[in-house]
Amino acid sequence: MHEQTVAQLAQGLRDKSFTSVELTRAYLQRISELDQNYNAFITVNEENALNAARTADQRLASGEATPLTGIPVAHKDIFCTRGMLTSCGSKMLGNFVPPYDATVISRFNEAGAIILGKTNLDEFAMGSSNENSHYGPVKNPWDTSLVPGGSSGGSAAAVAAMLAPAATGTDTGGSIRQPAAFCGITGLKPTYGRVSRLGMIAYASSLDQGGPLARTAQDCALLLNTMAGHDPLDSTSAVNAVEDYTLSLNKNLQGLKIGLPREYFGEGLDSATGEQVRAALKELEAQGASLVDISLPNSDLTIPAYYIIAPAEASTNLSRFDGVRYGHRCADPENLHDLYTRTREEGFGDEVKRRILVGTYALSAGYYDAYYKKAQQARRLIKNDFMDAFERVDIIAGPTTPGPAFGLGAKSDDPIAMYLEDVYTLAVNLAGLPGMSVPAGFVDSKPVGLQLIGPHFGEAQLLNVAHRFQQATDWHTRSPQAGGVV
Amino acid sequence: MQWETVIGLEVHLQLATKSKIFSGSSITFGAEANTQASAVDLAMPGMLPVLNEQAVRMAVMFGLGIGANIGMRSVFDRKNYFYPDLPKGYQISQFADPIVGEGQFEIQLEDGSIRQIGITRAHLEEDAGKSLHEDFHGMSGIDLNRAGTPLLEIVSEPDIRSSEEAVAYLKAMHSLVTYLGISDGNMAEGSMRCDINISLRPVGQVEYGTRAEIKNVNSFRFVERAIRHEVERQADILEDGGKIVQETRLYDADRDETRPMRSKEVANDYRYFPEPDLLPIVIDEAYVAAIGKTLPELPTAKRNRFIKQYSLSAYDASVLAGSRALADYYETVVAACEDAKIAANWVQVELLGQLNKNEQAIGDSPVTANQLGGLIARILDNSISGKIAKQVFEAMWQGEGTADEIIAAKGLQQVSDTGALEAMVDEVIAANTAQVEQYQAADDAKRKKLLGFFVGQIMKASKGQANPQMINQLLAKKLA
Repeated sequence: MHEQTVAQLAQGLRDKSFTSVELTRAYLQRISELDQNYNAFITVNEENALNAARTADQRLASGEATPLTGIPVAHKDIFCTRGMLTSCGSKMLGNFVPPYDATVISRFNEAGAIILGKTNLDEFAMGSSNENSHYGPVKNPWDTSLVPGGSSGGSAAAVAAMLAPAATGTDTGGSIRQPAAFCGITGLKPTYGRVSRLGMIAYASSLDQGGPLARTAQDCALLLNTMAGHDPLDSTSAVNAVEDYTLSLNKNLQGLKIGLPREYFGEGLDSATGEQVRAALKELEAQGASLVDISLPNSDLTIPAYYIIAPAEASTNLSRFDGVRYGHRCADPENLHDLYTRTREEGFGDEVKRRILVGTYALSAGYYDAYYKKAQQARRLIKNDFMDAFERVDIIAGPTTPGPAFGLGAKSDDPIAMYLEDVYTLAVNLAGLPGMSVPAGFVDSKPVGLQLIGPHFGEAQLLNVAHRFQQATDWHTRSPQAGGVV
Repeated sequence: MQWETVIGLEVHLQLATKSKIFSGSSITFGAEANTQASAVDLAMPGMLPVLNEQAVRMAVMFGLGIGANIGMRSVFDRKNYFYPDLPKGYQISQFADPIVGEGQFEIQLEDGSIRQIGITRAHLEEDAGKSLHEDFHGMSGIDLNRAGTPLLEIVSEPDIRSSEEAVAYLKAMHSLVTYLGISDGNMAEGSMRCDINISLRPVGQVEYGTRAEIKNVNSFRFVERAIRHEVERQADILEDGGKIVQETRLYDADRDETRPMRSKEVANDYRYFPEPDLLPIVIDEAYVAAIGKTLPELPTAKRNRFIKQYSLSAYDASVLAGSRALADYYETVVAACEDAKIAANWVQVELLGQLNKNEQAIGDSPVTANQLGGLIARILDNSISGKIAKQVFEAMWQGEGTADEIIAAKGLQQVSDTGALEAMVDEVIAANTAQVEQYQAADDAKRKKLLGFFVGQIMKASKGQANPQMINQLLAKKLA
């Protein structure tokens, strides 16, 4: 069962090949046997998952099921789950059990999906390797000496290792796409505002976006159908109508114009990775798409702009973690100042502290104009580059990452090298665009991702291109051999 | 040296919305601690603000009320600082682009003179919770019921020159916002709080002196006293050749003094930046125009109309237009009795007198405007005298019924029947022959005095119910 896609599992449930209880039990079994190799899960929802599966089986029998009824899904531990630990990978929230569900979770619950568990992540979604978790690093199922990428590393590893058929993630600068690429799975970061942020613990509010990670584009479409939609409780949530993303998957690619930004194929790109990506693009060309050379001239502003804006927002988003109302609180505070400083010193990890300090500095009186305001101007230029490009092309494509997964510990002492990992993914968040990563081959047995970028609310087209690519290739069907997985 | 006082006021006005500015929690005053705090108000992880449109509407009403520029695109910002009663670690406020821009505000002083005070801006923001430092065994308690209550912060130009003007400004502001129905203006419950920026400069100097800010003064009386003390304190320092330190001071009502809170040099850097969880508020002309149509007649316009329409003095018009409830009451009385002058006297002297004595508001008056109008009508049609009317008013206050009911029940109807009055006059003349003789021998001046004696006797005999005008006529005829 665990080798099947969500679409196949949904069919199996309908055909009564197996029940949701059997399916859920099988995944719980795999997690208990295998997750010690990957550390993908922070919480496994054993008892409640089976209860939910029983309910789902009844719903399936009654004929009122949705395509996700009875399907186990793993959720990044950044989405609040009522009555279940929601740690955000931090000691700060190591005891936090929300009395509410995130909108994303409510939507999955309403669809009848099963919460399989909560997946590991970089603390507060800050990281590109999943080494910044209070719950320890996640390991890449293709090679457990490698990182799985971050920050949705637990979700990506869980899907790659077939501990879950699909998972949710969040993407602030590449946190769905980069781990999807490193783990050889498919991930979609929707248009900013397409998926509600309510109950999704904030890292950088103007960039954060939830999305699906799965084995195929078709599965991502199924999950997005459930996740997307306006939420009146999230003021930045888009009011645009949601389409059925599964309907246009098979459209042919005849006449599709794909822009290849020369800035994404230049210096810094690992040559073998670049070759794999070019080969993938040839496949799309073979299906009738035309490849167009384009430029995103302000690409060099991306990393500096992102590493001002994201930390600035994070520095104040994380102010609420003060030991007063919930979460970690230092022992025996002597006074208010002591309560604040010791609680936050003990509760946050190094990368989180680094970004709080950077963001606080960037917003300070006398520096605001030089940093935050400048970064916002750069952000507008970056967005305009994309808007200009989409005048000429339908979608944009390139590598998801500069190279394949790197070794655990290889970059953990060098924040700048780590930040460069996101050089191709950050701009999509700054521009609020939808982006995908699709398995596109291997370099030294390590997966490589093809990134597809669409105009605002162009998810259907991205999924269509990704699906057609997956119809013609088998990269997405490969599974890791490590850790006893077949 | 002669010093000129320069004052600017920041008024924090609690808006009378049904729920908080960014959550659905209720904002009823006096609820048990933390029972009006939702997950949003507690800043639980993942919670997001959603703007209450009613607060925007009320801010626009205020802007229109002072003829200000309305910000068609205003932006919320985060004001960052740590404090336990500020759950998010930032206050959502407006910094660079407020919803209400520059405007003018007219105030009237006790002597009737009019002054224009510039309004710099007014912006929307959320209130913080309350820290409670007593009864927690050395710890502090936090009550987040107030956290997220919508506030309009109204900032004046430094156009105010005395404590009298400051109080007049606040009273006029109170009047305006209650007219608009955007706040209950209850200072005792903190619905209207005031920060006072105050400095002195030598008379004739153009540059402002260094200012001190007095925080959170919450009554008209305290504003007056706080300013008086601060002016004295600053004048003493300047007279001695000293310098004023720019600082925030607290007015201690118990000790009747101001003292420093914290120095601006060590004050927080609030790191304002646009709130990414909220979209800018974008409104259009049609939205503003529609709100404009709902505005009631405002205090200044009403006062001027009262002067013109009812021929009232400026003072009477100011008093009666001082609150919308009182003005409405007055106009109902006028409609019922059709004499604006007498209605003005009765409302100001008898009604307000009784209300003040009993510390009641106009809304609590046991005598309705129609009842009071009915009473005045009985004076005007000579059913009762003014003196009896006061007696009837007392009875109405006690809830004994309408004027007509009370007059009938107590037999207070004025006697205007010529036959009955003639009999009374005859009786009094017969019983006082000595005075009749005196009258007939006297000159005009003396006669007038003696006539008063006869009137008094008749009124006494009639228990005040005899029609005094008719008595005068009858007496003059019979004694001639």
